[in-house]
Amino acid sequence: MAENKLKTACKAVVIGGSAGSIEVLLKLLPALSPPLSFALIIVLHRKNSTDSSLVNLLALKTNLPIREVEDKDAAAPGEIYLAPADYHLLIEKEEMFSLDDSEKVNYSRPSLDVTFESAADVYGSSLVGILLSGANADGTAGLNTIKKKGGIIVAQKPETAQSSFMPQQAILYTPIDYVFDVEELTVFVNSLNANA
Amino acid sequence: MIEEDEVDLVLNDLFELYGYDFTNYARASLKRRINRLFLLDKFPSFAEFRYRLKSDADYIKRVIEGLTVTVTEMFRDPLFYKILRAEVIPSLASKPFIRIWHAGCSTGEEVFSMAILLKEAGLLHKSLLYATDLNPEVLEKARKGIFPIVQMKQYSENYIESGGKNDFSAYYTAQYSQAKFVETLAERMIFSTHNLVSDRSFNEFDLILCRNVLIYFDKYLQERVLNLFNESIGTLGYLALGSKETLNFSAIKPNYKQINKEKIWRRIS
Repeated sequence: MAENKLKTACKAVVIGGSAGSIEVLLKLLPALSPPLSFALIIVLHRKNSTDSSLVNLLALKTNLPIREVEDKDAAAPGEIYLAPADYHLLIEKEEMFSLDDSEKVNYSRPSLDVTFESAADVYGSSLVGILLSGANADGTAGLNTIKKKGGIIVAQKPETAQSSFMPQQAILYTPIDYVFDVEELTVFVNSLNANA
Repeated sequence: MIEEDEVDLVLNDLFELYGYDFTNYARASLKRRINRLFLLDKFPSFAEFRYRLKSDADYIKRVIEGLTVTVTEMFRDPLFYKILRAEVIPSLASKPFIRIWHAGCSTGEEVFSMAILLKEAGLLHKSLLYATDLNPEVLEKARKGIFPIVQMKQYSENYIESGGKNDFSAYYTAQYSQAKFVETLAERMIFSTHNLVSDRSFNEFDLILCRNVLIYFDKYLQERVLNLFNESIGTLGYLALGSKETLNFSAIKPNYKQINKEKIWRRIS
């Protein structure tokens, strides 16, 4: 069906999550087949700290290039980008990142809604938004924006999430395309990869 | 939701009518700020928002405050201040006179932090801290040196983490919900409006701090501003940026040497 269309269309995948998401990523990242044909952008709620232990932890689990974003870095296919603590992560039309340290949104900075909405503006129907485990309602509004702009939206199956509230909100309040457990999610993300 | 072409109209009005040029601000963030203001002030339509913008000169104050991000704190990123204390300030100590520029100082929390560092190093009396922002409203607040008392616990922790050895509460007096910082800290500060987009270099400095300001600019404007700083930094002077900002994309980079892995660069040529 749409699988081939997905492959050629997908330019960016944004994964957002909060409590309980790191363990999902620790399973997902090693299972991705390099090189990726899209940019993989990860936004996690994390404590306000500038230490780089999270990116180091994730880097242990993948051979793909991964880094914490600095202002105006390019959003290039094949790379994994992690939103830095205490900044909102936005994407510019030129497919590069901008950071923003304005007010928290949904008590969060980075906010998942902010990145989802900004990515939807730039990538439109070439965007896939994925919402993982969490105990906060952040992300749902952003997934709705992605859907409105023609992208695909996915939530982690709540019963497989350490904190089910966040994906549950998305399932209740968005026209979600897919609800996956971690294994299905891995297959799905690999199916988006035109290089695989 | 305000769309891209409408953003252009707003930016055009702000420039034509009021002289504020936001055209080279990072667009994604600026668009979000405009939409946020539009929602907060509950305009029924874009046309009404624009009418207010064009017809109400007082409303512009609110627009400028809404579009610019004024978030700041004292001793923000304490480890950055630790390096200032340990490496940067000692290297300026032998100068007869120390000039520092806080570009985009917002409500002044970082300027007062710097004054505390200089005071503790015994250098405040021979220093001048120029603090500038495009927004006159925030400068008015900065000048007073009065910050919310609820922040003091966090600031005190930041201060200690930055290597501060004194009792932080000795630097202010509590007045109801506010903390007023002691006058001696403000004596060496000069506050003035300065717009990094349109204004020029106005002095030569030993240290320029511009933290979390460049993130709101596009690459073109970043380069312009970095060149302005380059013209304003003396030999062996320092430039300090925000924790996720960089000189890497700039033509001035070869003139500078980065201090460890910190966002502090020293001019070497």
